[in-house]
Amino acid sequence: MKILVCITHVPDTTSKINFIDNNTRFDTTGVQFIIGPYDDYALARAIELKESSGATVTVLNVGLAETEPTIRKALAIGADDAIRVNADPTDSYFVACQIAEHAKGFDLVLMGRESIDFNGGVVHAMVGEMLGVPAISPVMKLDIEGTTVKMTKEIEGGKEMVEASLPLVAGCQEPIAEWKIPNMRGIMSARTKPLKVVEPKAVDKLIVAQKFELPPPKGAVKMISADNVAELVTLLKTEAKVL
Amino acid sequence: MTTLVFIESAESKIKKTSLEAVAYAHAMGGNVVAIALGTVDKSELDAVGKYGASKVLHAADIKLDHPVIQVFASVLIQAMQQESADNLILANSSLGTPVAAKVAVKIGAAFASNVVELPNTSAGFVVKRSIYTGKAFSFVEMKSAKKVIAIKKNAVELKETGGSAPVSILSPTLNDADFNTKILSTEKATGEVSLPEANIVVSGGRGLKGPENWGILEDLAKVLHAATGCSKPVSDMGWRPHHEHVGQTGVKVAPQLYIAIGISGAIQHLAGVNSSKCIVVINKDADAPFFKAADYGIVGDAFEVVPKLTAAIKASK
Ligand SMILES: Cc1cc2nc3c(=O)[nH]c(=O)nc-3n(C[C@H](O)[C@H](O)[C@H](O)COP(=O)(O)OP(=O)(O)OC[C@H]3O[C@@H](n4cnc5c(N)ncnc54)[C@H](O)[C@@H]3O)c2cc1C
Ligand SMILES: Nc1ncnc2c1ncn2[C@@H]1O[C@H](COP(=O)(O)O)[C@@H](O)[C@H]1O
Repeated sequence: MKILVCITHVPDTTSKINFIDNNTRFDTTGVQFIIGPYDDYALARAIELKESSGATVTVLNVGLAETEPTIRKALAIGADDAIRVNADPTDSYFVACQIAEHAKGFDLVLMGRESIDFNGGVVHAMVGEMLGVPAISPVMKLDIEGTTVKMTKEIEGGKEMVEASLPLVAGCQEPIAEWKIPNMRGIMSARTKPLKVVEPKAVDKLIVAQKFELPPPKGAVKMISADNVAELVTLLKTEAKVL
Repeated sequence: MTTLVFIESAESKIKKTSLEAVAYAHAMGGNVVAIALGTVDKSELDAVGKYGASKVLHAADIKLDHPVIQVFASVLIQAMQQESADNLILANSSLGTPVAAKVAVKIGAAFASNVVELPNTSAGFVVKRSIYTGKAFSFVEMKSAKKVIAIKKNAVELKETGGSAPVSILSPTLNDADFNTKILSTEKATGEVSLPEANIVVSGGRGLKGPENWGILEDLAKVLHAATGCSKPVSDMGWRPHHEHVGQTGVKVAPQLYIAIGISGAIQHLAGVNSSKCIVVINKDADAPFFKAADYGIVGDAFEVVPKLTAAIKASK
């Protein structure tokens, strides 16, 4: 079985978000980049399937050269080889077209439920549509028997147990697998694993980011004495108007 | 301009977020056609006109009671064709967002999800999206003639327009091959109020010490008709079910009121709550980072403060 895992290269979850150049560009100063946390779950499940059933795992990222350390980390965690589509991933439709271009021939395409920078939550559904295969997200559990895939999907207010056939696309989330940390041997071998760089297919961008904005700063917190909770109730009713 | 709005329902009831989508489409201007799929209460369908739809379509086939994304996308495209709709608008959800993505690809439309405000059409068509897990916004221009938009909860205020809309039956072609995922069973989460959609959330962290102490939190949730949430370590340790975990890697909530009890306020937790209108923090440590993100704070022991708060709310009713 051939598994493709699509990973993003995103600011670490503790990063302070800032913009520069008149709010048109993300400020990378002091920011550490990681594999998207949901993509990390997808990768961890792929490695488990590799260990239990001898699958091969390819990772794919649409990104510029600066994403290569993140791709190498995925190789260190246990992926066999990697593809980087050399393009700035600014639009989910554009990204989906690039992924679909390389996903043919894979039995299972695992992604995260969403990227934590763009937060579209849509690339898996778009790729599924482009490939003409089911796309299921967010998946909390995924087991394969032959060509049948049994999944638990989170829905608002509960869970849905679903079944579909390979090939398919799944957007993963906790607790599908435990995040894996690369060990020394993994890190060493990752250096020589194949990482193929390909140029993007020409696609018209359908959405273009013009500028960015930060939320207005939070006003100062109003502290209330623990002996006077009734005052909190009054404030919630009359000032915040949320009760 | 005609806009189709997908109305999502659960147990025959229309979701409030879908009515917000109708209100959004109405505020954008033009003709608004709403569509519901599967079994939905007649009285609920009749009420959709009040939020600005001029027509309601109902694809009532019971085969649509269990939503298969591929099938729903196909039905929406058929409805868009019938109505000559330019746009599709719906609420972000585990069903709506992927359905919208599929429709957008099929009809060659630009798609923006997590939209938080009405579009600005003074130059082009620009929407504001929530990005970086609520830590920032982007203004994106949608460049295609047709547009698909998934809105975030609270993107518009839900107002009645005083209108009404006739309901007509739509009988779309259902292609067997589109039923490409089989829904084996569903499991409802415990708790009366659904967390992602709740107006008030009462959430607990490791400060509550153990699952046996959740009673005080549940009592408070009960008097407020609130959903209960928790921090990640709490669900990791199995004190609470996984679907209650709020934050970067869990549920993102956008309630009117979020009450955080014994939660330190790690940045990953805040990422899930920063769209809340009002945040109350109860923590025994005055230096807990959560206070910086709060509107109101009480420094105190949860085991004393929370029962007092529950009693004060009861007394105020
Ligand atoms: C990649 C990544 C993703 C993550 N995603 C998430 C996420 O989605 N959601 C999430 O929540 N976390 C997430 N985390 C974990 C996060 O960093 C914190 O570890 C976690 O939020 C802390 O949970 P807590 O506040 O319940 O516990 P603690 O940090 O242990 O805080 C407990 C708090 O309770 C207070 N307290 C103790 N006793 C009492 C009492 N009697 N009365 C009142 N207050 C009391 C303490 O003062 C303290 O502030 C993530 C971490 C990483 C690395
Ligand atoms: N630039 C990218 N390169 C590779 N995979 C991506 C990229 N962007 C998004 N994805 C995949 O698509 C998933 C959903 O992303 P999104 O629709 O942006 O929220 C992510 O979790 C990744 O698995």
